[in-house]
Amino acid sequence: MIRTLEQFDAYVAAEKKIEPKDWMPDGYRKTLIRQISQHAHSEVVGMLPEGNWITRAPSLQRKAILLAKVQDEAGHGLYLYSAAETLGVERADLIDDLLSGKAKYSSIFNYPVLTWADIGAIGWLVDGAAIMNQVPLCRCSYGPYSRSMIRVCKEESFHQRQGYSIMVELMKGNEAQREMAQDALNRWWWPSLMMFGPSDKDSEHSSQNMTWKIKRFTNDELRQRMVDMTVPQAECIGLKMPDKDLKWNEETGHHDFGEINWDEFYNVLAGNGPCNKERLAVRNKAHHDGAWVREAAVAYAKKNQKIRA
Amino acid sequence: MSDSKNSWPLWEVFIRSKQGLGHKHVGSLHAADAEMAIGNARDVYTRRQEGVSIWVVPAENITASSPENAEALFDPANDKVYRHPTFFVLPDEVNHM
Ligand SMILES: [Fe+2]
Ligand SMILES: [Fe+2]
Repeated sequence: MIRTLEQFDAYVAAEKKIEPKDWMPDGYRKTLIRQISQHAHSEVVGMLPEGNWITRAPSLQRKAILLAKVQDEAGHGLYLYSAAETLGVERADLIDDLLSGKAKYSSIFNYPVLTWADIGAIGWLVDGAAIMNQVPLCRCSYGPYSRSMIRVCKEESFHQRQGYSIMVELMKGNEAQREMAQDALNRWWWPSLMMFGPSDKDSEHSSQNMTWKIKRFTNDELRQRMVDMTVPQAECIGLKMPDKDLKWNEETGHHDFGEINWDEFYNVLAGNGPCNKERLAVRNKAHHDGAWVREAAVAYAKKNQKIRA
Repeated sequence: MSDSKNSWPLWEVFIRSKQGLGHKHVGSLHAADAEMAIGNARDVYTRRQEGVSIWVVPAENITASSPENAEALFDPANDKVYRHPTFFVLPDEVNHM
């Protein structure tokens, strides 16, 4: 059993899993609580931009598909909150931190969803980037996090495919539909690459998280994979990447790509993206409007208990 | 902002994935009562036919062994290798037993 930092480090280095009641360093616990709860918040806030399009989906089948996807995201939020709770935090406190703006969630959800093609681009690129980030997390050293990521990853590939298939359909359509798809790619491509976080040279948490096996690959490694994976998918359906510096590099066996606008990244992160305020306001309103339902459920449960007793 | 503080209790969820298998722990959720816990478990943990039966147990009613006692509880089995059939070497002529 683990009693000291040395034992903990050796245990993790040997690819063994840490479970909730095991001894762990404070920093490990804190890092996980921060990361898992931010991840949970992202799943929950991520429902908002897509939820807006459920009633506007172009067919009944697309509506049912989008509804199922958004419902999955709610589930992902719940798996992750549950995993965070095993580390000794209260769900209600985590949610309060989201609602007050104290906690962060993925900046990608602070961009507006302007057309139906955006729903395609989100599934294809945003869920695509999420998968790229999440697959290595299935092997995270913390058991409950790793188990919830396995569930999440099983469900994610449907999300990416339904998004890509929207793009495929639009690209087979008329001029206006193809333009709509291209415009969505133009707006979502760079923010999707920003989802991998700051460049390795500016990333604060990377090396400790690597030794703790919370992180397996650096931000830049994952970003490169995303570019290499996506470029042929875009080409195949006739979409053009909005990056003039993008080109295949024979030597490295990877694509070279342009510089990310880091000012934009830090600006959205600081709360000044196009939709930061709106997303938090909607989330707060939903939470407060639903308060009576939660209270009524508690009152009903108490009443039933009394009758039985 | 503390209306979220009056929160629902935590339930652990166990799912039988198909007839013939035991229930397996899949995660947890919050619900006001057992009925709601079953409903939420169905929505969250069986959206893709992962189950045919659900158990929900209030998390506070579970007693778990502590990692502190892991050695006392589980190590004694270590030196009883004869509990495994491979401990006994069979004559070459006997292939299966
Ligand atoms: Fe998700
Ligand atoms: Fe997703």
